[in-house]
Amino acid sequence: MAKEIKVTEEQLIYAKVLDLGMKIGLLSLIISFIIYLTGILDPFIPVKDLPKYWGLSVHQYLEATGIKPGWTWLRVLDKGDFLNFLGIAFLAGVTIVCYLAVIPIFIRKKDWTYTIIAILEVLVLLLAASGILKIGGH
Amino acid sequence: MDPLHLPQKCSRFLGTLTTAPKNLQFFGGSTLSLRGSGKGKKSVFVLITLIMAVLVFFQISSASTGSQEIQAISDSATTWWIWPLVLFIVTFVLGIVAVLGGVGGGVLFVPIIGGFFPFNLDFVRGAGLLVALSGALAAGPGLLKRGMADLRLALPVALIASSAAIVGAMIGLALPKNVVNVALGLTILGIVAIMLMAKKSEFPEVPKADVLSTALRINGIYYEASTGQEIPWKIHRTPQGLALFIIIGVMAGMFGLGAGWANVPVLNLLMGAPLKVSVATSKFLLSITDTSAAWVYINNGAVLPMMVVPSIVGIMLGSIVGVKILAKARPAAIKYVVIGLLLFSGLRALLKGLAIWN
Repeated sequence: MAKEIKVTEEQLIYAKVLDLGMKIGLLSLIISFIIYLTGILDPFIPVKDLPKYWGLSVHQYLEATGIKPGWTWLRVLDKGDFLNFLGIAFLAGVTIVCYLAVIPIFIRKKDWTYTIIAILEVLVLLLAASGILKIGGH
Repeated sequence: MDPLHLPQKCSRFLGTLTTAPKNLQFFGGSTLSLRGSGKGKKSVFVLITLIMAVLVFFQISSASTGSQEIQAISDSATTWWIWPLVLFIVTFVLGIVAVLGGVGGGVLFVPIIGGFFPFNLDFVRGAGLLVALSGALAAGPGLLKRGMADLRLALPVALIASSAAIVGAMIGLALPKNVVNVALGLTILGIVAIMLMAKKSEFPEVPKADVLSTALRINGIYYEASTGQEIPWKIHRTPQGLALFIIIGVMAGMFGLGAGWANVPVLNLLMGAPLKVSVATSKFLLSITDTSAAWVYINNGAVLPMMVVPSIVGIMLGSIVGVKILAKARPAAIKYVVIGLLLFSGLRALLKGLAIWN
């Protein structure tokens, strides 16, 4: 029988939240992609036009399509292509939720160093997710 | 296929990679790999031929048809789906090769898709990060629950690497494409050198934990299934290791490669974590490092769902098939397939950046 190593409470909670979040994210990504491919919702960029854009740099692409970067996709979730960003954002956001789940455990254990590390990590990830960090064209 | 079943399978299979000694790979793992059977060798050559044929086909097509014709083909309303379909097939094969070769999918994805597909490198790197992120998210829960990946080791490292990955992503998106291609090519060639030369250590000797790792209480015990032993471990040279993760983070964000190729040597050889703990913690670490860089790409518009989803699904399905093949035999030559592919695509990126091979 395989021997089990006892892992810490916070590690187990992190794993459980990650497992659930990853499954929800991947499932929603696949469902939204099926909706996109089948044309149930019209895409913002018609699929037949995609080859005109995918060879452009991201700056040229945004200019040519008129797409605004950042969180503006939330306003056009009725478009098949942007619907996929729900799953993508979920996958990219699940780690933040995992950290938020373990911070109370670190606090309860009075593990102040790891509490600070975890809070700083959440801030770093929120900064990245916020869309504040803009990049100039080249 | 039941989509909920996919990550479970991946998680289990990827978990298997880090628990079964015969399966554990570190840059091709020359000493751990099984000797290939005749059938295995044949499969390797079929794989090499298949991949090279697809890549060369793209290149010949590009060279023999004028750019206007390519544009016309690309613009055709009836053929738009060909590239996502080919992307799915190629990433499926890459998923198999990555598992057999013991490397992350991201490190193969970016140079190969960037070098031989019509997609701009900005979108390829965005997709590459999401491919590496999905793989890490799928593997993470199993690795953490089994105690193979260590949260206390990962958290300080992740804070540094993920902060640096944001900077790397911003630099990567701001630099001209040719500069990125040259840097990517050189990095890939560097990875090839590391794969050929880096040693590994199952249980590195750590005479005394350093002050920082002692203060952070980074240590643990893991169960070695092959010997039935519980192995206590600790680390040293923590400040030097953390400093190196600044560079690793920047490179991960800049090229969208994932960073297992660098994480493992630093955790194992420099900081002294056991090999299996290093491999597992590195895989889990990518789920945090790549998250921060992925957000920069998402928020700057460098993510195309038509590229991302076929790539993620293709590489995950390929990984599942790869693990099934791995259960029977690991052809020893697979290491050289991976090195050959990286060498080829690294040179391609370098020459593309230098405008020698467009």
